[in-house]
Amino acid sequence: MPELFDVAVIGAGAVGAAIARELARYELSVVLLEAAPDVGMGTSKASTAIWHTGFDARPGSLEATLMRRSYTLMESFLPEAGVPHELLGGLLIAWNTDQLEVLPKLLEKAHQNGVLDVHLISAEEVYQREPRLAPGALGGMFVPGEGILCTYTVPLACATQAVINGVTLKVNFPVEQVSSRENFHSLSGKGGSLQARWVINAAGLFSDEINACFGHHNFTVTPRRGELIVYDKLARPLVKHVLLPVPTAITKGVLISPTVYGNILLGPTAEDLPDKTATDTSTDGIQMLLEKGRKILPQLLSEEVTATYAGLRAATEHSDYQIALHPEQRYLCVGGIRSTGISASLGLAEYAVELLKQAGVVLTPKAEFKPFKMPNIGEATERPYQSAEMIASNPDYGRIVCHCERVTLGELLDAMRAPIPARTLDGLRRRTRALQGRCQGFNCQASLVHLLAQETRQNPSSLLGLEAAHAA
Amino acid sequence: MLPEKADVLIVGAGPAGLAAGLELKRLGIQDVRLVEREAVAGGIPRLCHHTGFGLGDLRRIFSGPEYARRYRELASAAGLTIHTETTVTGWNQALQAEITSPHGVGTLSAKAVLLATGVRERPRSARLVPGTRPQGVFTTGSLQRFVFEQQLPVGKRAVIVGAETVSLSVVLTLQQAGVSVVGMLTELPRHQVYFPFLPVKWLFADLLGRVPLKVNSHVTQIFGHQRVEGLEFENTESGRMETLACDAVIFTGGWIPEHEMARKAGLELSPASLGPQVDPAFRTSRTGFFAAGNLLRGAETADWSALEGQRAALFIREYLQTKRWPDQTVPVQVEAPLAWAIPTLLRPDELPASFRIRSQAFREQTTLQISQGGQLLFSRKFSRLPANTSINLPVDWIRHISLSDKPIRLAVQP
Ligand SMILES: Cc1cc2nc3c(=O)[nH]c(=O)nc-3n(C[C@H](O)[C@H](O)[C@H](O)COP(=O)(O)OP(=O)(O)OC[C@H]3O[C@@H](n4cnc5c(N)ncnc54)[C@H](O)[C@@H]3O)c2cc1C
Ligand SMILES: Cc1cc2nc3c(=O)[nH]c(=O)nc-3n(C[C@H](O)[C@H](O)[C@H](O)COP(=O)(O)OP(=O)(O)OC[C@H]3O[C@@H](n4cnc5c(N)ncnc54)[C@H](O)[C@@H]3O)c2cc1C
Repeated sequence: MPELFDVAVIGAGAVGAAIARELARYELSVVLLEAAPDVGMGTSKASTAIWHTGFDARPGSLEATLMRRSYTLMESFLPEAGVPHELLGGLLIAWNTDQLEVLPKLLEKAHQNGVLDVHLISAEEVYQREPRLAPGALGGMFVPGEGILCTYTVPLACATQAVINGVTLKVNFPVEQVSSRENFHSLSGKGGSLQARWVINAAGLFSDEINACFGHHNFTVTPRRGELIVYDKLARPLVKHVLLPVPTAITKGVLISPTVYGNILLGPTAEDLPDKTATDTSTDGIQMLLEKGRKILPQLLSEEVTATYAGLRAATEHSDYQIALHPEQRYLCVGGIRSTGISASLGLAEYAVELLKQAGVVLTPKAEFKPFKMPNIGEATERPYQSAEMIASNPDYGRIVCHCERVTLGELLDAMRAPIPARTLDGLRRRTRALQGRCQGFNCQASLVHLLAQETRQNPSSLLGLEAAHAA
Repeated sequence: MLPEKADVLIVGAGPAGLAAGLELKRLGIQDVRLVEREAVAGGIPRLCHHTGFGLGDLRRIFSGPEYARRYRELASAAGLTIHTETTVTGWNQALQAEITSPHGVGTLSAKAVLLATGVRERPRSARLVPGTRPQGVFTTGSLQRFVFEQQLPVGKRAVIVGAETVSLSVVLTLQQAGVSVVGMLTELPRHQVYFPFLPVKWLFADLLGRVPLKVNSHVTQIFGHQRVEGLEFENTESGRMETLACDAVIFTGGWIPEHEMARKAGLELSPASLGPQVDPAFRTSRTGFFAAGNLLRGAETADWSALEGQRAALFIREYLQTKRWPDQTVPVQVEAPLAWAIPTLLRPDELPASFRIRSQAFREQTTLQISQGGQLLFSRKFSRLPANTSINLPVDWIRHISLSDKPIRLAVQP
């Protein structure tokens, strides 16, 4: 007999992981299923990492409501769970009269959404706040609550808390077939098969396909690619706030923002594509970003580029999240979470569990919910290489392996021995920052491969994608 | 464990830092501290398993690892302490370094600091090469570490991007690893491998003859999901696109000085070399801070870097004795296609041991002119100006520069 769970959550992105964490509070058997080899490898790892207030969401939409709720939840979750974050404040800058005219409307919208501390500022104040901006700004709007966070740590922290509170995580488990019986669903695929009374679809870009397995065709996901450029940390002093574009009817524009690791991001683009795996970057996309960036912050362009990447938003034909409860099928769809899903994840999770409760699922709180704090990988608080105490307790915290990001041997070993251990180079990178610095592995990649192979008893060739390449 | 004070702190134990440390010891400066973030001192040569090191500074030819070992032996014989696994992570205040090592965190104040943090290659991302982001994309540095440091597999069919001398050392590394080279791409119309002294020259010529060189080629895309499967490039002359199937791509050259500690110390950088501005005595823009070796620019040989370190030691001693820090200098500016000129700051009363320039492109029948405020100081005709290799110029003209705020300009025409 395959295992039977009360609830199966499909997809361990920010949304699915947050749902699993929320479910872990109750006396339920829960399984979190992920097609990829690790948590958070889909859209969630390629966001712009802005902790949005939801000031510009459509008033009255589910998105607006859940973003507000999530914001409050995040205020305590981020520090408790060790998710790097910084409340920098957002600055919208109007460069032409069209944009200037939009600002009061945006202000009103923000007020309708309950984001009340937003205010318009003069061009003079814009330059006071951001002296390195290109000349020509006509005015702006300040959104004190906008922040930045670590987009990798959000799903990892949620999934880790879920796991240590009893949720079963199955990676390399793509759900390929769903067959539904009277009392349970059978989910199966390459990773095996199991049964669950309830299924929650949090499959991101593939949420429409899972939805179709349950006979629903109310939305289709069209990937909307966003390309980004990450600038060197030496550029960090150039920007103090999250510089948000003013959306007008004609253009959306790109943002410039610091990251919690101390880099500067420029992006994203927006382009609809047919392919749900097309996370490659393009000549046109990069050129477009360089042009826009030059107009906003010319000095940024003379700094070194550390990385470029692209993510795919799960856009649908609808403007709002696609959340639908089908109690008779014991199925809940949490799909089409397009461009705000990191910020909204906790609100979405709370709402999803609320819907289950409405559908009659008995939710008995567990006596205890174990906390778990992720190791810090942000610049805002002390890192191991800076901590006399940590190095004294274990000299490996003073042994820097990745020099660009100052990642120590101690942190790398911790990541490979964590409740959800890193088993790939990318997994190690998302947990520690190793390899994501300016040299991109010039110095430490070989040592990391060696360390990972040794510690996780894997063959270096498979870690390096060589076996697959040669078999193909 | 490091002390809190020293006469001289040297950051980086590559050829430049090691040679400087040895020379300071020889000159009788006792309290010299050399810190190195890696577990073993020696810098980049440790990773270059081919021969050709040492003739300039040690008067003998070594392989890279032997050369690095020789320097470590010399250091230990001279009583020069090298603190390995020790990183300078920033500056608390001028000349006070913040340091992390397995022994803990701390600071070290020095009367003088020599930065010798070397150079790296720009990785694929910094060159803005679009496409997917699979495994198997290297720089020379990461490839050498894969092959020699950790004995890891690097694939079967490689494409090398760049055709400079360093690219040829990649050919050697790949040969050792049993990887075939399916293409060597350069954006320039010819390779830029310059042959040194004889036996090495034969070896290089032979190797180069066997590599499929593609000139005027600009990489436009990388393919592959788990592992790189190929790359696409454009012939910038004909506009034709071509693809090459491969499971490894090595980006070579594309130098960028490791200037993080220099910038954090507030040193002015040369906009051309991206290394700290230095005068003929390796003094930077801040009193007490010296810089030498390939931190100054990308890239000279190990021997050259070591000789710079050695020379810098003389001026460090002079500074410790006299506390003199001349601040009036004239900046040197270069125009494209020139990449840099070193030193980047000049004075009529202090001639540098050498004045070196480098061009990023080939030019034929061209004239190099050096002028200040419209006044011609030096000019030389080149029937062929080579690319990506250093050219030594005479230094006498420097006596005639005027100590004003007018920069010295280097340009080639046509
Ligand atoms: C360029 C860009 C910038 C963004 N910027 C921001 C921002 O600044 N702030 C913000 O809040 N949001 C931002 N977003 C949006 C945010 O990234 C997404 O809303 C969020 O990541 C969605 O999370 P998710 O869990 O729904 O999807 P995903 O992270 O994609 O997770 C879905 C998971 O489901 C798995 N899966 C799919 N099918 C199956 C299957 N059949 N079986 C098992 N597993 C399956 C996938 O492998 C994946 O891991 C941005 C998005 C992009 C693309
Ligand atoms: C990939 C590559 C291949 C090369 N191949 C050759 C070749 O074949 N032949 C040749 O002659 N030249 C070669 N070079 C040029 C090379 O730069 C010189 O040979 C020589 O190593 C320069 O000496 P250096 O002391 O200036 O720098 P490096 O040898 O680079 O030494 C700098 C040292 O500083 C350390 N360091 C940096 N930052 C810190 C910090 N914050 N705290 C503590 N320590 C720090 C580094 O770990 C390093 O050991 C190559 C360069 C590269 C990048």
